[in-house]
Amino acid sequence: MRKSASSTLAAAGTLALMLGSLAIAPQAALATEASVVEEGKAIAFDRKKGNCLACHKMKDGTLEGNIGPALVNMADRYPDKKRLREQIWDATRINPYTIMPPYGKHKILTEEELDKVVEFIYTR
Amino acid sequence: MKKLLLITAVIGALGAVPLISQASPEDDLKAFQGYFTERFPNVPLEEFANGVYAIDKASREQWEAIEEFPPYEIAIEEGEEMFNTPFKNGKTYASCFRNGGIGIKSDYPYYDIEKGRVETLASAINECRTKNGEAPLKYMKGELASLVAYMAYTTRGQIVDIKIPFDQRARDAYEDGKRFFYARRGQLNMSCAHCHVDNAGNKIRADLLSPALGHLTHFPVYRSKWGSLGTAHRRFSGCNKQVRALPFKAQSPEYRNLEYFMTYMSNGLPWNGPGARK
Repeated sequence: MRKSASSTLAAAGTLALMLGSLAIAPQAALATEASVVEEGKAIAFDRKKGNCLACHKMKDGTLEGNIGPALVNMADRYPDKKRLREQIWDATRINPYTIMPPYGKHKILTEEELDKVVEFIYTR
Repeated sequence: MKKLLLITAVIGALGAVPLISQASPEDDLKAFQGYFTERFPNVPLEEFANGVYAIDKASREQWEAIEEFPPYEIAIEEGEEMFNTPFKNGKTYASCFRNGGIGIKSDYPYYDIEKGRVETLASAINECRTKNGEAPLKYMKGELASLVAYMAYTTRGQIVDIKIPFDQRARDAYEDGKRFFYARRGQLNMSCAHCHVDNAGNKIRADLLSPALGHLTHFPVYRSKWGSLGTAHRRFSGCNKQVRALPFKAQSPEYRNLEYFMTYMSNGLPWNGPGARK
């Protein structure tokens, strides 16, 4: 009984340490772009989130729609990454007739999710 | 209070815009159909009654195979039986409609000057029931959809010829439906026209977007996605939900007016309901 109690404590201690390191991890992850890009990709491809493939063809996509332009050479097309973010946040600011949903303005994505999607799209 | 009165006055003034300042329905119709015949130059006008199957060969072949044993056939039979079964008072549906209710789906929707609203076949069916002491049916699917399917079937081959009378309230109902069709709505901020006019024939993911021209010729529709028959207002409701907007109720003034506008836009096409769709 005593032994199992102490091992439970030890396990809890290890868990706390792990949680502690996880809490620090996000800052490290933001620095390593690869994981942010991967998270952005998951959000972009999620039908209930970005659902970008409904309209845009892009690398790694499947059965994409063709309503919007193909997303290629994005870094060249948007030398200023902020402009790409603005476009996703509310595309009607540039084209009032666009069909593209205003992802930020209408809170379809959170600001943080939108940041990650921008990082991902910028790699296409 | 003063502010409220002012707002009411402004809205009142807007509501009183005279007939002459609006684009005529005839001009709208010409522009609307002209857009589609130009976008799809190889598709004859009457073919638009067949939706995406008019513009895509691969989908058409699948659809023609489905039409050999139509999934709506049972509904037509069920509707016919209901149509011919007397109410408790001995009367039948035939007593409520012109020509005994045969081949008259083409009379709807119309603007009822006395009631001051757009009358649809679905609402006329329920009025017939309540007038004869029967409970009204649900508007989206089930028995009412089957009845409309039978009545649509007896109307097949007639040409859509909806009239917008030169009456301010009728014009307002038409304009309201038109505004609904072109207005952005929902979290996704899309209008009906965004998909079914601007992007008709384009793909949304793997699905082809159907042209709006001909949308209202073939309802009710057996939709594979539903696994059952549904009315036009059921489809409107689904579309609204897809753009993350709150849907309106079936037979709400919004959907009646939308049906009025959209059916008018299909003038000249054949009535070909009920239909089968993906």
